[in-house]
Amino acid sequence: MTTALGSFEEANGEVTSSSRRLADLVFKIREFGIIAVLAIFVIVTASIQSRFIDSQNIKFIFTNATIYALLALGETMVVVARNIDLSVGSVLGLSAYLSADMFNRAHGIPIVAVFAVGLAIGLACGVVNGAIVTLGRVPSLVVTLATLYVIRGLDIILVGGGMVVASSLPNSFLAIASASAGPVPYLAMVVAVVIGLGAYYLRSFRSGRELYAIGSNPDAAVLAGIPIGKRVFTAFVVSGGIAGIAGVLWAANYGTIDSTAGTGYELQVVAAVVVGGVAIFGGSGTVVGAAFGALLLATITQALYVLGISSFWDGAIAGLLLIAAISMDHGIAVSLTAALRKRSLQRGT
Amino acid sequence: MGELLDRCDTSGVASLNLSALVPEPRVNGAIAPEPALEPLLVMEHVAKSFGVVRALGDGSLELYRGETHALVGENGAGKSTMVKILAGVYQPDEGTLRIDGHEAVLASPAAARDAGIAVIYQEPSLFPDLTVAENVFIGRPLLRSGRRIDRRAMHRRVLELLEPLGVRLDPERIARGLSIADQQIVEIAKALSLEARVIVMDEPTAALSAYEVQRLFRVVETLRAAGAAVLFISHRLNEVFAICQRVTVMRDGQRVLSRPLEGLGPDDLVRAMVGRDVVEREQTGESQRGDVVLKAERLTREGVFTDISFEVRSGEIVALAGLVGSGRSEVARAIFGIDRYDAGAVHIAGARLKKGVPAAAMAAGVGLVPEDRRLQGLVMELSIEGNIAMASLGRLQRFGFVRRAAEHRFASDWATRLRIRYLRLTSPVSTLSGGNQQKSVLAKWLSRRPRLLIIDEPTRGIDVATKSEVHRLLVELAQEGVAVLMISSELPEVLRVADRVLVMREGRLVAEFSHQEASEESIVAAATGQAEMFTS
Amino acid sequence: MGPETAVSQSGPEPAASTPPPVGSPPRLVALSGAERLRSLVRWESALVIALAATVVFGVSVSSQFLTGSNIFNIGLANGEVAIMALPMTLIIIAGEIDLSIASTLGLSSSLLGYLWLHGWPMPAIIVFVLFIGVVLGAFNGILVTRLGLPSLAVTIGTMTLYAGMAEIVLGSTIVSNFPTGYTTIGVNAFPHTDLSYSAVFFLVLAIIFGAVMHATPFGRSLFAIGWNKEAAQYAGIRVKRTKTILYMVSGLIGALAGILYTFRLSTAEFDNGSGLVLSVVAIVLLGGVSIFGGKGTLFGVFLAVVVFCSLQNALLLTNFPEDATGIVTGGLLLVSVLLPNGGDLIRRIRSRRSRSRLSSGS
Repeated sequence: MTTALGSFEEANGEVTSSSRRLADLVFKIREFGIIAVLAIFVIVTASIQSRFIDSQNIKFIFTNATIYALLALGETMVVVARNIDLSVGSVLGLSAYLSADMFNRAHGIPIVAVFAVGLAIGLACGVVNGAIVTLGRVPSLVVTLATLYVIRGLDIILVGGGMVVASSLPNSFLAIASASAGPVPYLAMVVAVVIGLGAYYLRSFRSGRELYAIGSNPDAAVLAGIPIGKRVFTAFVVSGGIAGIAGVLWAANYGTIDSTAGTGYELQVVAAVVVGGVAIFGGSGTVVGAAFGALLLATITQALYVLGISSFWDGAIAGLLLIAAISMDHGIAVSLTAALRKRSLQRGT
Repeated sequence: MGELLDRCDTSGVASLNLSALVPEPRVNGAIAPEPALEPLLVMEHVAKSFGVVRALGDGSLELYRGETHALVGENGAGKSTMVKILAGVYQPDEGTLRIDGHEAVLASPAAARDAGIAVIYQEPSLFPDLTVAENVFIGRPLLRSGRRIDRRAMHRRVLELLEPLGVRLDPERIARGLSIADQQIVEIAKALSLEARVIVMDEPTAALSAYEVQRLFRVVETLRAAGAAVLFISHRLNEVFAICQRVTVMRDGQRVLSRPLEGLGPDDLVRAMVGRDVVEREQTGESQRGDVVLKAERLTREGVFTDISFEVRSGEIVALAGLVGSGRSEVARAIFGIDRYDAGAVHIAGARLKKGVPAAAMAAGVGLVPEDRRLQGLVMELSIEGNIAMASLGRLQRFGFVRRAAEHRFASDWATRLRIRYLRLTSPVSTLSGGNQQKSVLAKWLSRRPRLLIIDEPTRGIDVATKSEVHRLLVELAQEGVAVLMISSELPEVLRVADRVLVMREGRLVAEFSHQEASEESIVAAATGQAEMFTS
Repeated sequence: MGPETAVSQSGPEPAASTPPPVGSPPRLVALSGAERLRSLVRWESALVIALAATVVFGVSVSSQFLTGSNIFNIGLANGEVAIMALPMTLIIIAGEIDLSIASTLGLSSSLLGYLWLHGWPMPAIIVFVLFIGVVLGAFNGILVTRLGLPSLAVTIGTMTLYAGMAEIVLGSTIVSNFPTGYTTIGVNAFPHTDLSYSAVFFLVLAIIFGAVMHATPFGRSLFAIGWNKEAAQYAGIRVKRTKTILYMVSGLIGALAGILYTFRLSTAEFDNGSGLVLSVVAIVLLGGVSIFGGKGTLFGVFLAVVVFCSLQNALLLTNFPEDATGIVTGGLLLVSVLLPNGGDLIRRIRSRRSRSRLSSGS
């Protein structure tokens, strides 16, 4: 049965409205937009330089994207709740060094234990961030800016002038990053699964949805009795833990770790997340989108390299993309709200 | 003061046959019981102060199951404080609250929810990015195996909740863009899903269209018939008489009256609210009507107002009346330059005014006292003198620097002139009472000696004594030659003070009355489009 | 003019007894003017104490701490950061932020090197670079005011963009053959003083910014905008124009800082200035400026600059690794935001405990 305006439909006891269809359409376009841009990029680049899609390049892309995508998973959880975690780069660096150094300090240590060390470091940093943000009522921008500095400083002090070299690391460890099925590293597949799990969690579990609620309307979240402190704290802990694991993976990938590991990563991750459709003020966006954002950025970097455009353009393009994504999302949000409001009013009178 | 009596189709509502609408009124599975002998909720001598301000002195109330109970009173009478106490947002300083006979302490909004109290605010606050269903079940989603959210069950349950209310909403639609009326329905559905027994509605109809008000009335009646206790707070007495059975009147923080509405008329309520008889029209002196100061020519903003043309002369007070949502404030803001308009022109003293630039309007001698003094009229944390001087700093500077002493003197002069009661001019303006805050906003603008003063809801939220002061001030201003454009929803104020009354309805100017022609009935008729029902 | 009477009215909205959600501005309790003055003075007094402590620390580390040449070093090492803190103060008070200012520094430095390499006369280069700085700032301003985008996100974007452009302009080239007439600022103090040129610039600009901020209508409008943008609009303040001006000034100062930085190091490299912006924000917040806008004094920021620079210097004298001084920046930043909330936190814990006692009584 449809109403006179054709806006409502009912089937099997379920109802859909044109408003829902409109909103869904917009979101799908936004998500698939990234994939479309990605596809265009790949096609255009490959047509100019056909070796762009050889397995070596694809492997590079996936490897680079994997770590960013993993970081983007944690960052999305934080951003969706209207916070931000700028410390992930420093956490990654600290974790990369300390965990890889385990191989030098404790010979024959099982790889799992090394991962545990990295995870622990990340969780500890996340706990500090989360505690200061929730208990101290300090805006996360300021807190994670500060911990970005403090953790990096700690890293520098601990590393001294030294570094961990690849030759000191067991091959089985290094293989984690390099092993692949053709052009696709196993690691990328694992991370893809993890991201899928993360997406499922954010969609189907109460604590995940409440993160969105907190970002969508913090005041109403308080009144609704949502345990904001707990949720935000957990988000930071998870983000930190993921950064810790990412640090170990980074070490496996690059093999040589000094005190500059991970510098600047937080900006790349934020860019990936925003380009991937997560609203900077929270409330909407998906981890899958963020992962595609990471993939897009990694693809662009590799494409520029393959096309012989100097790597100096990377930063500028990332910045432009970020600005474009923010402008577009803002425009979409404004028009969508207006369109939905109009539909609401039409139905009403 | 008796508010604008916007009369909706009251006869229609009263004769609605509910049993035809809803087969068997059910709330929470139980069939509507007869109104019980014991009240469901009792507030006894509840008091609450904020610093020196005693917002509530003796708040008392008895709510029974199955009744719609009106809570009326002027602004500042203590109604919203009572609501916030019921909502668990404030805790009372004195007095007791009893639910089902047992004493209850509502220490937080969660506690109030657990006690079965739900509050629907005038402007509900939903989560715009979450769906309707998620909004209804926020914090307590329905779960299936493995603690996963059961969307299908939530979808179906929301439909079930909405059905007896007679409203169609798509549970999977995101809340963004929902009309206020629909947002209220979502809040009501949420309240029902929480098995609320007391539903408090705080001025729910202020932002609704006539159709939406009717729909809301039907919903309220359904809730009542199903055994809930509905506390209905409203300024609109005709609505009170349309759907409520009993009424409690508050005045100056105390309960003045609680009784069935049967046998009462609107004048009785107004008298109880105000404490004196409704004052008949005051004769304003014949003021000098001078040249045209404001000429609005065919102002149009798509979807908001259309083809607005009128003039205001120096020495005149022109009132712009109409229902909430008719576009009056939007016209005022467009003239002043806060909002833009799509077509038409504004002329001040013959010269065309640049649109969209408040500074240009100010330079041309226009001042706007906005509707919401807390959000628009004042910077609450700034000092009183800072606020008063804010629009005049240009005159108080030398070589680009503000002269503090001059600023202080300036503010002090005007505060005295307007009889603003303050402790220290350097205190934040938030420490003033509502009436004195409004006078501060007025001081800010009057100190610029405008030739046109636009004032939006001059006495909203102000105590009675200050109200008359403000009215006197406006009349004096007009006598000094200022042109005054006053937007007001309070009819007695309009009738008392205005030389001419313009009426807007749904974005258009539909009527104009001179001081002699204007009457409450004629204004209301024009505002609601029922002109044909009344003889002039 | 007597005391307020408690007439019935719609009471002032006090701080609600439900705590504000994480990350949102704290509901401001109405303080009297005297109380607010007291709190500001308290903050600045704390900074003075911190400065004294730093001086004591510095002297204990090295007898050279208070010598003329060390003071020169203090100003030299951080002059540009100090200068950038000035427009940042105005922007944060107006409720926005500009994370791109250090990238403007970097791009200016790159441009300077590039144009010098291509034979432009230095005066022309300086004028041009300053002009570009204003343009970069205007770009930020347009995105924030015309498109209405959140400044945090926008300036993260322009920060990346400008840094990227710096890279494009100069690539891996390093330019270092600048005329000694200009690079002297990296070696010699300002004549007749022990201060570096950048320190002198800072002092002069600080006075100007302070005067504007606290004594002009323009400065007043910044506070109004930061507190309540809507009310500022209704008072005729041109919010969009004001914010755009702020960003343009920020760009100009960033460019100036870039020029000073380049001459001081006598080198133009594409990543000059990367990482500095966080120090700038830290200093401003340390100076008592509220991240939420509407509150702060330039004197506080001035004190914070002095404390920060002295502390950095004292630490370096103890052979603290230079790259790790970020710990101090981060630590100071945390302290400066936790401290005001600390009293609040204790109060909240106490009230929560008393409230739970109340409800358990029923």
